[in-house]
Amino acid sequence: MTLPLTIENLTAHYGTTRVLEDLSLSVGAGELVSLLGASGCGKTTTLRLVAGFLEPTAGTIRLGGKDLTKLPAYKRDIGLVFQNYALFPHLSVLDNVAFGLKQRGVAAAEREKRARQMLDRVGLAQLAERLPGALSGGQKQRVALARALVIEPPLLMFDEPLSNLDAKLRVDMRVEIRQLQRANGTTSVYVTHDQEEAFSISDRVAIMNAGRIMQFDTPEVLYQRPANAFVARFVGFENLIPMRVSRRTGAEVTAEAPGGVALQFSQDKFGPIPDDFVLATRPDGLAVTSDPNVEGLPATLGLRTYLGRAYQYQCETEAGALIANGQLSPPLDIGAGAKLVPVPDQCCVLKPEHP
Amino acid sequence: MTTRTHPLLILFTVLVYIFLAGPLIIVFGASVSDTTYLTFPPQGLSLRWFENIFEISAFRRTIVTSLELAFLATGLALLIGIPAAYALNRYRIQLPTWLSTVFVLPILVPEIVFGFSLLKSVAVGASAPIFLALLIGHTLIVLPYCVRVISASLASFDFSVEEAAISLGSPPVKTFFTIVLPNVRSGVIAAFILAFITSINDVSTSLFLTGPGVSTLPIQILAHVEQFFDPTIASVSVLLMLLTIMVMAIVERTLGLTFLAK
Repeated sequence: MTLPLTIENLTAHYGTTRVLEDLSLSVGAGELVSLLGASGCGKTTTLRLVAGFLEPTAGTIRLGGKDLTKLPAYKRDIGLVFQNYALFPHLSVLDNVAFGLKQRGVAAAEREKRARQMLDRVGLAQLAERLPGALSGGQKQRVALARALVIEPPLLMFDEPLSNLDAKLRVDMRVEIRQLQRANGTTSVYVTHDQEEAFSISDRVAIMNAGRIMQFDTPEVLYQRPANAFVARFVGFENLIPMRVSRRTGAEVTAEAPGGVALQFSQDKFGPIPDDFVLATRPDGLAVTSDPNVEGLPATLGLRTYLGRAYQYQCETEAGALIANGQLSPPLDIGAGAKLVPVPDQCCVLKPEHP
Repeated sequence: MTTRTHPLLILFTVLVYIFLAGPLIIVFGASVSDTTYLTFPPQGLSLRWFENIFEISAFRRTIVTSLELAFLATGLALLIGIPAAYALNRYRIQLPTWLSTVFVLPILVPEIVFGFSLLKSVAVGASAPIFLALLIGHTLIVLPYCVRVISASLASFDFSVEEAAISLGSPPVKTFFTIVLPNVRSGVIAAFILAFITSINDVSTSLFLTGPGVSTLPIQILAHVEQFFDPTIASVSVLLMLLTIMVMAIVERTLGLTFLAK
């Protein structure tokens, strides 16, 4: 069974502080969507609202045709995987996994059979009789996963499930989670603060900030075409240069950076350019050249660091401090003047941020 | 690898044990003495002072009263204390901090003052029957122990475990009994033992609340000592200790082991 999740205009308060602001999100049937953001952005609040542990001030939560908003948590039929595993310490691994089936009135023999099958799927069949205290972190999270999956919920939710594991295990586990989720085709919501984790595991990612969704799209679009400065910074566009158009000639646009340096942009390459915009680039999107005749932002090179594939320069310009990557040979001298040239297919034209 | 123990440390340790066990040994010795006065070391060997306890009807009655009181007061305090401790821990962030302080007030207020105020309000003011007044008093003085000890147990309980159970379809009240309570079992047992001992040994509060016809064992011991100086007191004391130990053993056997077997 797999159903779409629809969240509409969800608002929530803790006391007088508003933690969620008119949030809408739809997760397609069988889709895995991540909520990504720093702590305090509202991602966990969203998850707890959907799970029924918090009550929204306004808004609705629907799973398939069913309105969950007023339903008590224990009737929502959602599989949850917690950051700290939340296994029942006094029950064996088998009883932990069978717990949800017991609540659903499944007979003891059937319950045990299905719990053992599920444990087998997560590779823990031989640990069925152990108590959770005797398991490693990775094993605990597998039990938690089995416990959530065995009830065959129409919706699975993960609350930072891997953040207590070490780096290697984290990568293995996220592949495993994705495989199980794919195999079952269960609609899933995955909360994390780890960009790599979110991008690698998800069909779509919602990047959140201050209780709002800043952009909701596929990892590819988020990574290459951030919609605003917040998302751009989040996905590594470290240079944000405010620009103002001074002249338009057909598709050719001349725009001035702070300090009055004029740069040429072709709308054929950059897409439509508004009068005021922010040019966003990663360090790779600004080419460093010592050729004084090239059109570019004049810069003084500061600290140089070696990245293996390139040198990275901390640059001082009239538009502020920027970071750019230059060719390996020849390395440019620190303190020397240079030009920074935007690379069209590695730049984004963003609307300016309004406070 | 060998560690040498300093001789002074050994001496100190032995002394601590002597001071801890000394009074118990003296009381036990005095209780089996064949003399008509309290003495140690015992002269002769006799159990007649134990028999004597049961020949004095006041002792018979107060032993029963004390036991009834201790069980009822502990039971009531647990009935109030477990949900209170649960709420104080579960909603720690939302609740004001003074709320948990309220539950230690009966310990903070000097027992004499506490007993007197109960006398004024419950016994005289509301003219409650003596046993009821005692029960209220004892429940209140043991409640702080219950709340504190169970709170300590709940402090290390991860409430996301409770949420996990709820998300799997277990209603909140049922979850409390099947998931939360089994995980704070040791705290509940410890609270029971502490509360029971506190109640059965209480003097100051009971002193104000006992009255004609109804008294507790410690108060009766006090009354007896004022008039007699025979070893009955020692044997009653031994009996009180044995009773306490027995209750502890029963609690540990029943609650402790059945819970553990799960």
